[in-house]
Amino acid sequence: MGPGARYALRSVASGLGTLLFVVVFNFFLFRMLPGDPIGLYTRGRNVPPEQIEALRAELDRPLLEQFVTYLANPFASTINSARYNQPVWTLIGDRVWATLLLVGTAIVLASILGTWIGIRAGWRRGERFDRVSTGVTLTLYSMPEFWLGMILLITFGVGVGFVPGVFPIGGIITPGVDPTSLAGVLDVMWHMVLPVTTLMVVYLAEYALVMRASLIDELGEDYLTVARAKGLMDKVVRRRHAVPNALLPTVTLILLNLGFVVSGAITVETVFSWPGLGLLSYDALRGPDIALLQAIFLLFSIGVIVANIIADLLYAVLDPRVRA
Amino acid sequence: MTAPALEFRDLHLTYRTADGPIPAVRGVSLALPAGASLGIAGESGSGKSTLASTVLRLQPRSATVTGQVLVDGEDVLGMTFKRLRALRWAQASIVFQGALHGLNPIQRVGDQVAEPIALHEPSIGTDDVHRRVGELFEQVGLPPARAAAYPHQLSGGQRQRVMIAMALACRPRIIVADEPTTALDVMVQAQVLRVLTDLVAELGLTLVLISHDLSVLADTCQRAAVMYAGRVVEEGPSTAVFERGAHPYSRALAAAFPRVGDPRFRYAPAGLPGDPPFPGEVGEGCPFAPRCPHSRPDCTSGEVQLAAVGPGREAACRYPLLDDDEGLR
Repeated sequence: MGPGARYALRSVASGLGTLLFVVVFNFFLFRMLPGDPIGLYTRGRNVPPEQIEALRAELDRPLLEQFVTYLANPFASTINSARYNQPVWTLIGDRVWATLLLVGTAIVLASILGTWIGIRAGWRRGERFDRVSTGVTLTLYSMPEFWLGMILLITFGVGVGFVPGVFPIGGIITPGVDPTSLAGVLDVMWHMVLPVTTLMVVYLAEYALVMRASLIDELGEDYLTVARAKGLMDKVVRRRHAVPNALLPTVTLILLNLGFVVSGAITVETVFSWPGLGLLSYDALRGPDIALLQAIFLLFSIGVIVANIIADLLYAVLDPRVRA
Repeated sequence: MTAPALEFRDLHLTYRTADGPIPAVRGVSLALPAGASLGIAGESGSGKSTLASTVLRLQPRSATVTGQVLVDGEDVLGMTFKRLRALRWAQASIVFQGALHGLNPIQRVGDQVAEPIALHEPSIGTDDVHRRVGELFEQVGLPPARAAAYPHQLSGGQRQRVMIAMALACRPRIIVADEPTTALDVMVQAQVLRVLTDLVAELGLTLVLISHDLSVLADTCQRAAVMYAGRVVEEGPSTAVFERGAHPYSRALAAAFPRVGDPRFRYAPAGLPGDPPFPGEVGEGCPFAPRCPHSRPDCTSGEVQLAAVGPGREAACRYPLLDDDEGLR
């Protein structure tokens, strides 16, 4: 087995180890919450007594027994949400696409725009583009997503003064529109504008700042002087030598930060009533709907762990020194 | 007489910093005929690396430069950027110090050697570029298969050989080697220096070798210049400068690198008390006077110019040491 394969295996194995820890931790975390989850749910709602009994019976079993059942298959379709009285994984399966669409679009746009701004600013450090863009990105980076989301929602969704509220104020599609038709696709895109902008702007700012900083770190390196001495044009020195080296920390950071993007999705989806996992976890938290929370946390953790493994592997592809 | 291959004419270079202007080079004039070799010696901060960087106009944009740097009679400082790019590496190239950082860590070394060939000679096909890279690796004593390696997979000496191969890639006529053996261990230093000087002799190149070690320069260069505080304080045939320096600083520098078997170095390498002046604080008179064991009261006033001290030798000293003076303490 070559060093590359050994490296890949090592990062996958460490990811699996983390996953096991998360499964165990998740289970006990939610059972340590105080209060009566069943009572909180059923209060003021018309729930058949048999269902309440069934829910209580599940939670009244010895803790270890519950744990063994859970550990045997955390993805079992028999795990039901108390709030929705449906299998948790069915609920998640229905909602996951909306989140992937929202977060995926925002991250792709933010990475491209953010690194572009960071490269331009860092390469001409201290010049006008850098001063303006660093000021703007620092401001945007300091804004909480939910606040920015509310401001955008009020300004462009509701309308302020002479600014008309042209964008929908929530949801993913206008009720009654067929999502498979062209009109439906356009309608979804129209609904995406504000939430995607909110998420994108915040991450774009972060990526731009990181890319700028790592490019500036490379500016004094001797290999750039050598590249210039060879007679390369400035933009070739930047594209061929400086940026590939500066991208290494940025790429890792973008992937490692996916975990925080999840938290961003929770607030933005709540602000824009976006029917995705973020809104689902917000609802589950208010319960608390233990089974659902457990499943969502597990899914988010898997997402972060997979992103970590991808970051590890990608780093090895980009940087030959890691493979050794 | 033909025009020199490389010439500095009254070159001044001042770095602009937050602490005010710092003059690094203060009026250097040197000329080098084609095929000649010149060694430049001096302590850290004497301006020798700055001088080297001006040959390809690589000084930072914050530096102000006056004077001329002529490569094959053309002023590098005044030419258009397009002309400058064409001249860089094709007419003159630099072997940089610190081979570890001079190579891009995430590119194969062969690709980095090939890069200037593809740039300056675009008519050459990929196969021929590869062949030339293989030849260059052989010339510097590396197996051509090492072209596929990344810098971190090579030793310090191998990396410096790659730097030499890279400098020769476009067959320039002028090579500036800026401390090419610093940061290598002593055995490897000798090997790398040998590779460089053999190739320079074989190809008939013009060489500027920069080092703080006068004995290295004496062994490899016909002529030597000693720099102190941004100025040339002595210039002449390298053996004469090294063995019988006319400027007290040349003698002190030579004494700092003892030679085994030379009875004059029997007891200890002689050091020099004090530090070179901070470039921003060079006063009137001879800049070396405060540290000079032979200084006299009038050394600290007026301008001390380079003046002939023998056939083909110049020194910037009012009281140059004679050949039989005992300069070592």
